[in-house]
Amino acid sequence: MSKKKAMTGAEAAATAMKQINPDVVAAYPITPQTPVVMKFSEFVNDGEVDTEMIRVESEHSAMSACVGASAAGARAMTATASAGLALMWEVVGVASGSRLPIVMNVVNRALSAPINIHCDHSDSMGARDLSWIQLYSEDAQEAYENTILAVKLAEHPEVQLPAMVSQDGFITSHGVQNVTVYSTDKIKKFLGERKPIKALLDVDDPVTMGPLQLQDYYFETKKQQDNAMEKARQVYIDTGKELSKITGNDYGFVEAYNLDSAEYVIVTISSTAGTVKSVIDKMDNPKIGLLKIRMFRPFPYEEVARLLEDKKAVAILDRSESFGADAPIYGEVKNALYNAKSHPKLQSYIFGLGGRDIYEKDIENVFESLLKEDIEDKKRYIGVRE
Amino acid sequence: MSESQKKGYKEIPIGGMITKAGSSAEFKTGDWKSFTPVWEKEKCIHCMICPAYCPEDCIPKKDGKRLETDFDMCKGCGICAEVCPVKCIEMKEQGDSDE
Repeated sequence: MSKKKAMTGAEAAATAMKQINPDVVAAYPITPQTPVVMKFSEFVNDGEVDTEMIRVESEHSAMSACVGASAAGARAMTATASAGLALMWEVVGVASGSRLPIVMNVVNRALSAPINIHCDHSDSMGARDLSWIQLYSEDAQEAYENTILAVKLAEHPEVQLPAMVSQDGFITSHGVQNVTVYSTDKIKKFLGERKPIKALLDVDDPVTMGPLQLQDYYFETKKQQDNAMEKARQVYIDTGKELSKITGNDYGFVEAYNLDSAEYVIVTISSTAGTVKSVIDKMDNPKIGLLKIRMFRPFPYEEVARLLEDKKAVAILDRSESFGADAPIYGEVKNALYNAKSHPKLQSYIFGLGGRDIYEKDIENVFESLLKEDIEDKKRYIGVRE
Repeated sequence: MSESQKKGYKEIPIGGMITKAGSSAEFKTGDWKSFTPVWEKEKCIHCMICPAYCPEDCIPKKDGKRLETDFDMCKGCGICAEVCPVKCIEMKEQGDSDE
């Protein structure tokens, strides 16, 4: 039985964690992730979960504790943001390199300096090459469902990779929305218990995890990681179909909104996708549409190419920079189209860094420029002052 | 180990995992050394201090006597020479020769 409840994105993520009931959660508070762990620690305190909650002294330790727990065979989770993700960086790579299916909520926040607590995607986008699956959530509902899906996807025997589930700091994490919470029994049945391939605490089958590998074997281990990422595509689709039986929702690599009839398209991720949908509804022009990227790692090149190749012009809106290079989403969309049968014109936009608001008017202006095919071969910045 | 003996990515456990206990004995670390312990057998009093200190446990013992260092394993750390009370071990620079 499902229930509608008003809650923030942070509480939605914590509610997913409650239903997942992980064996271990190790976390350190950082704005705007704090309410995820705060709410979850209430569940621990109230005995609503059996989780061993480890209150560590830093994010580096949080991820280290998760690595230890996951290697031991436990289902381990954490959450972080911004500087916290930056501080745990070394161990983030240890988790994926050791093939430990840890799931981490990332409440996206700008990176220092200048110090800033508000939303952009520099934190998780910076971690895009660390061999973690990355799912981006448009709203609280998606943050909730993606967290549940990520656990099953990460733990799949053919995948065995950690996963990040992102939601926009403050915009989603602190904004109250209606969230449909599904039956805990059904979620528990969907997930089952973690069945690790090997576990450190299995004394009948002793193994060593995390040993040294030099020129002779390191390269092979990295190749395995890429193979696992490739396999994660199909496992994501299959797992999504299974979760769909409970939720009734679709879990594609991308979400297409008004895309069939559209000739002019905006590509973006997370909460801004919601703003774009609203603008599309108001502008009421069949020629405009949205392609929302839900899964950024592995990146859905084929689907993006198939959905965009016959369009006239596409604007890609990135909420993070790649200084001196193409912005993350723009770069991937451009890559995706290289082998396509035809190419739409592409325009890169950077927006919303450090939590700068993006208004419907801004999105409307992007569509107006697209409709005029006003495109240039350089980044544009929405709302930056000269 | 020659190139042809090394396993491919499809054959090895994931994540660099080692699925066998005691496998470090198969990892010959002798070619790491740049200094080699040269043992003056006649001067040795077989006090057994060096085998006790050897971090690689690569100085074999038999019937109350120490034997020649196992150069397949010796990393050339020089601790044996340092702790020897009669100074019968000298560390000699020999590149990565494993004798």
